[in-house]
Amino acid sequence: MFEISPTEWTAILLSLRVAIIATLVATPFGIALAWALARHDFWGKSVLDAAVHLPLVLPPVVTGYLLLLTFGRRGLVGGFLADYLGIVFAFRWTGAALACGVMSFPLLVRPIRLSIEAIDRRLEQAAETLGAAPWRVFFTVTLPLALPGVLAGMVLGFAKAIGEFGATITFVSNIPGETQTISSAIYSLIQTPDGDAAAGRLVIISVIIAMGALIGSEWFARRATQRLHGN
Amino acid sequence: MLRVDVKKQLGEFQLSASFTSQGRVTGLFGASGSGKTSLINTIAGLLRPDRGTIEIDGETVDDTAAGIHIPTFRRRIGYVFQDARLFPHLDVRQNLDYGRRMNGLVDDPAQRRRIVELLDIGNLLDRRPGKLSGGERQRVALGRALLARPRLLLLDEPLGALDEGRKLEILPYLVRLRDEAGIPMVYVSHDAAELRQLATQIVMLRRGEVTAFGGVKVLTATP
Repeated sequence: MFEISPTEWTAILLSLRVAIIATLVATPFGIALAWALARHDFWGKSVLDAAVHLPLVLPPVVTGYLLLLTFGRRGLVGGFLADYLGIVFAFRWTGAALACGVMSFPLLVRPIRLSIEAIDRRLEQAAETLGAAPWRVFFTVTLPLALPGVLAGMVLGFAKAIGEFGATITFVSNIPGETQTISSAIYSLIQTPDGDAAAGRLVIISVIIAMGALIGSEWFARRATQRLHGN
Repeated sequence: MLRVDVKKQLGEFQLSASFTSQGRVTGLFGASGSGKTSLINTIAGLLRPDRGTIEIDGETVDDTAAGIHIPTFRRRIGYVFQDARLFPHLDVRQNLDYGRRMNGLVDDPAQRRRIVELLDIGNLLDRRPGKLSGGERQRVALGRALLARPRLLLLDEPLGALDEGRKLEILPYLVRLRDEAGIPMVYVSHDAAELRQLATQIVMLRRGEVTAFGGVKVLTATP
């Protein structure tokens, strides 16, 4: 019963690839944004903050449709990227990664922001008195101290990305081998007369991946916290 | 030499201080709320004066009329805070080395050994700040500031968070520092006895203004 077919393997590997790429690419942006929101007051901050959280509250199909309008081949950004840089998102796995990245972004940013807000700013001042320019203060004090939050954000983002369904299927459809992730494969299988067994296998695998991510993050967070407090 | 002539409004509080000190240790003396910490933070560049000038060792680091405000990290100062503020994610050795790395100074093992010996922190090098006592932390903070090779060392009540016994444990190190390290210091305290032992010149502050300036004798005028 537990023999995974090549199609299922393809969906599993694609899901992993999409979620990993989405998380890795989104993380630097997430850190930069979390830092800006935690440490700076600027014009339009509350609007930006709301915009980041939008994918959390919008119906995923709306986010997917907006992505299609923006990054589709005839979209404003998508057309430019395709014509001048040869980057295409529509109906490609890269589009799935983009959709997952956008959908998981609020979950990625939040823990990072909280951990930056929790850092004692007087430590950053101390670094400055020791001759560290602002960007070096960030990389030698702020970022290392925020590391548990960064890891927690990455794991949450990854978990969200690997389970993403609505925005992905709206934006890049459900093409086996290209954009069919575990979620969309399960969706297809349960609509097929004898797809139950295969769907069941994929369900078990997604539970294993999710559990692994949660246990892994717990472990990382504990390690990082110990490191920071020197115990 | 340190030349200060600044005005700064902080809410209701007005800081207005002017003095020139040639002393090895300039003591800023006053009750809490007299503006000592605001003044030392202004010298450090952490606060920007509304008006006035600050000159350290012949270099103008603040001149509001000329639009000069050298940021803290370029002032080549050392700052020892009341709460040591060691970096919790680095061990003592890395904390001590931080200023040298940030200033791009060449490694000088002889100087490091001298300061580690002067402060008696050789047995702490592999520990994390979380595993140090208050007095040990403050000694490491002193070493960290010194190893950045500052031209002026600022100390804001470095003994303030310690009990009497610990104070007596650190004070001799500060005296040795004054006599051996050759770095001019600005020392903030509300403890006249402490300043009598350490300072060579006193700036007395009251409600944001300098009320007396001179040798340690000016301290005897206060109860």
